[in-house]
Amino acid sequence: MADVTFTVDGKKLTAPAGTLLIEACRKAGIEIPAFCYYPGLSLQAACRMCVVRQEKVPKLQTACTTTVAEGQVFTTESPEIAQARKATIELLLGNHPLDCPVCDAGGECELQDMTFKYGAGESLMVDAKRHRDEQQWSPAVFYDRPRCILCYRCTRVCGEGMDVWALGIQNRGVTSVISPDGGDQLDCEQCGMCIDICPVGALTSGSYRYKTRPWEMNHVSTVCTHCGDGCKVTLGIRQSSDGSEIIRADNRDKSGINGDFLCAKGRFGFDFVENTERLTAPLVRNAQGKLERVSWEHAFRVAASKLKEIRDTRGGAAIGVIGSNHTTNEENYLLQKFARTVLQTSNVDHERTTDYVAFARALAGHKEKSAGLRDIANAPAILLIGGDPTNEHPLLAWTIRTNVRLNRARLYVANHRQIKLERQAKATLRIPSGGYGRIAKYLSAKDSTLSDPAFREALLAEESLLVIFGEEYRGSAVDELVAWGLTLPNVRFSYLGDYSNSRGAADMGLLPDRLPGYVPVSAVEKFRDEYPGLPATIGLNQSQMLSSAAGGSLAALLIVGANPLEAENLDLNSLKNKFVVVLDMFLTETAAAADVVFPAASLYEKTGTVTNTYGDLQLVRKAADKPGVKPDFEILVRLASSMGADVKRLVPFGKNVVKADLGQSRGAQSGEADRHAVWLVANGLEPKLSPFDPLALLDEIERLVPAYKLDRLNLFGGNEVRTEPGFVPVSALTSSGPDLVKPSHNGLFTSGTLGRYSKGIRDLEKHQAETKQEAVAG
Amino acid sequence: MTAETMSIFSPKVSARFDALVEKYPVRRSALVPMLLYAQDEIGYLSDAVIAEVARRIGITELDVRNVATYYSMLRFKPAGKYNVQVCTNISCMLRGAYDVFEKFQDELRVGHKGVTPDGVFSLEEVECIGACCWAPAIQVNYDFHDDLTPDSVPGILAQYRQKSEGQKNA
Repeated sequence: MADVTFTVDGKKLTAPAGTLLIEACRKAGIEIPAFCYYPGLSLQAACRMCVVRQEKVPKLQTACTTTVAEGQVFTTESPEIAQARKATIELLLGNHPLDCPVCDAGGECELQDMTFKYGAGESLMVDAKRHRDEQQWSPAVFYDRPRCILCYRCTRVCGEGMDVWALGIQNRGVTSVISPDGGDQLDCEQCGMCIDICPVGALTSGSYRYKTRPWEMNHVSTVCTHCGDGCKVTLGIRQSSDGSEIIRADNRDKSGINGDFLCAKGRFGFDFVENTERLTAPLVRNAQGKLERVSWEHAFRVAASKLKEIRDTRGGAAIGVIGSNHTTNEENYLLQKFARTVLQTSNVDHERTTDYVAFARALAGHKEKSAGLRDIANAPAILLIGGDPTNEHPLLAWTIRTNVRLNRARLYVANHRQIKLERQAKATLRIPSGGYGRIAKYLSAKDSTLSDPAFREALLAEESLLVIFGEEYRGSAVDELVAWGLTLPNVRFSYLGDYSNSRGAADMGLLPDRLPGYVPVSAVEKFRDEYPGLPATIGLNQSQMLSSAAGGSLAALLIVGANPLEAENLDLNSLKNKFVVVLDMFLTETAAAADVVFPAASLYEKTGTVTNTYGDLQLVRKAADKPGVKPDFEILVRLASSMGADVKRLVPFGKNVVKADLGQSRGAQSGEADRHAVWLVANGLEPKLSPFDPLALLDEIERLVPAYKLDRLNLFGGNEVRTEPGFVPVSALTSSGPDLVKPSHNGLFTSGTLGRYSKGIRDLEKHQAETKQEAVAG
Repeated sequence: MTAETMSIFSPKVSARFDALVEKYPVRRSALVPMLLYAQDEIGYLSDAVIAEVARRIGITELDVRNVATYYSMLRFKPAGKYNVQVCTNISCMLRGAYDVFEKFQDELRVGHKGVTPDGVFSLEEVECIGACCWAPAIQVNYDFHDDLTPDSVPGILAQYRQKSEGQKNA
């Protein structure tokens, strides 16, 4: 809409006509307080805190519902307005328990802040306060009625935001309460959005309540380790007697692609870090055949000498390497480089849950055709084929819902079963299970078995289209779909995969036939400088490695952060008599079968980058600290060093290898140490003086992986940075075993092997199973 | 089974509900009238009533409860056969409504929102029932009794008790 000019507190402001006054003011740096107003949610006008004086209007107006128009004059601060706000607070405090000293929200409470600002220190209320006992609605959500100020934020975020509608308001006036859908229990997705959005301490979190005071925590912004959506998560950490522990996970600072959204796994699933089963010392199998705690030096000596012996006597091809979907890009890159140059093997793979190879091949050479989450948030039209975002990609579901709600995006859903997002869909196409291969033909009007011309016509009438497709698509089906899409004028694609760095694992070349950036192993020229002695043969894939280890020629396996024995449903004794080295956080089925186990750090305890399934690259920052574990990166470097490899060739560090600026080029930045550091990092010039610094590898990754041309300032500023699959050269790619891809389909409360060790999400899963059972019985 | 055969309401009320939900631009507009008719027929808003109303409109049971709990005239427990509603708003109060209310309490031996053990009477103190000209007034189910004094209470109760026994014997 056209811009209008209006006056606020004597300042001339300009904003599009129809903008809410409160938003227009916030953008101009004028803060108007509000409890019930929340950007993106429907208007409530319940709290009366945002009242302002509008010229020629007899009564005070609520800024959250006033839309700006040409020539209006507003006053947002005056003794009259301060008095009105003070009176509102006094009424709110009338029944507020004022138990701030023990309240979780104390210190970060909006009611506290407003009381401090407007000073409603005295009260004319003489009535006894209306007390109600605290209720527990689920393992995650507790409700304390007296603290509630009835702002309706929780009911709106649950209904409009999550499309769950599990919270309501019952009764009237001072007796009003927030009530959950299951009587005294919450039967919902357990996302915890209601807890975060509560301006006071009325809704509190089962995992955080009464654990700390907010100001005792430091906050570290990193990336969630669970699904492939890659939510930014801000971890509240506190020093503990033996390191630092994670107390809370939220994203109230709205950093990153997910805004303030997190799902149950992101918000409550960090507690695996503190699980008592966590490995905290290396284990080596002793003469009696039992795993025994040993020193790091001993473990490295055993692992390195045996791997070296096998390599030297039987050749690198006798060693297999399996990587992880959860480790960082730098670790994945280092692992395959270590495998290829130090172990001299091409037997490199990871648990493939999505066919990113096919996706990369389909998009090779087509620039700006892949969609990140920001694109999805703003796309005018979205076609979702297959997948179940609500359960498997909660952030995607949230982003699409928000886009439909706020921007009236048009969503088209094609699925073989009913999915929840159909409620937001403009049109729905039901396809037979296994009929996904026919969609491309149907959409290009070459297949008559799916007869719903209306869906196709509506879709093709769109001027631009964002196509999101699920793991139902693998191999040539991906090519067909993308080929159809590329006939449209404005199209972008997203491919849905599991796990926080599944995409990164494929991008970094944890594949038997692909080097980093999907370069075929035969085309080694580009890698000659960095990868001396790179074997140009195609290696074994994961299942070949495991069967070869069970009965064939493979003599050793190095497995990082993966549990293939469980994933491939193998006999737990199948790796007997082979030399198996495992890096993991827990004694999984696979680790229990190993000869050497190194205790690895979780994603929350290390630095690096991860790539979500949409190709958004984000920085992972070390938050927690656990004694006795090391990041996989460091373990691999030390293992290489113990094998006598030249670490400098593996990780370029030190000033002879990388160009480091130690201060001589400060220029305009001199005297500003912090800004200088930021500038150095942004330009890739920070001194990489340690071989354990994962970011020392980033230059090499940028150089060798075509899709990773990174905007460093944004990356280190904590924003997501797009990778561009279109930079991958077309000629480089052939097919790569789509039948090896096994989607894991993790739901709201499962997260592969890792999920088993999170009590938080297992409790929620149990709660939901029980409420479902009761609903059926009762 | 079809939705019709599963109904807990009489065919007449069911038919009325079918018409009501189609009557308004938005289906949920029918909610409050439906709850009132349902309460008249079943006596109170049982869980089954809430479930069926929610199903008929296509909203959640929580939505129905959110609305229903707002209104003091909708109840979630059975009332007596004759629900005595004593107005104590200003006109009635000035003309002695509290004395009348107290007399009802003494006679029935129940308080506000109470039900007599035999289930014949229940007592409620209510807001204005719109009979200010003849204050103090009470409403028993849908019948009005006005211009009352505490002395008129036993007569009113006897009248309804007799009616109740008459129905029982019949």
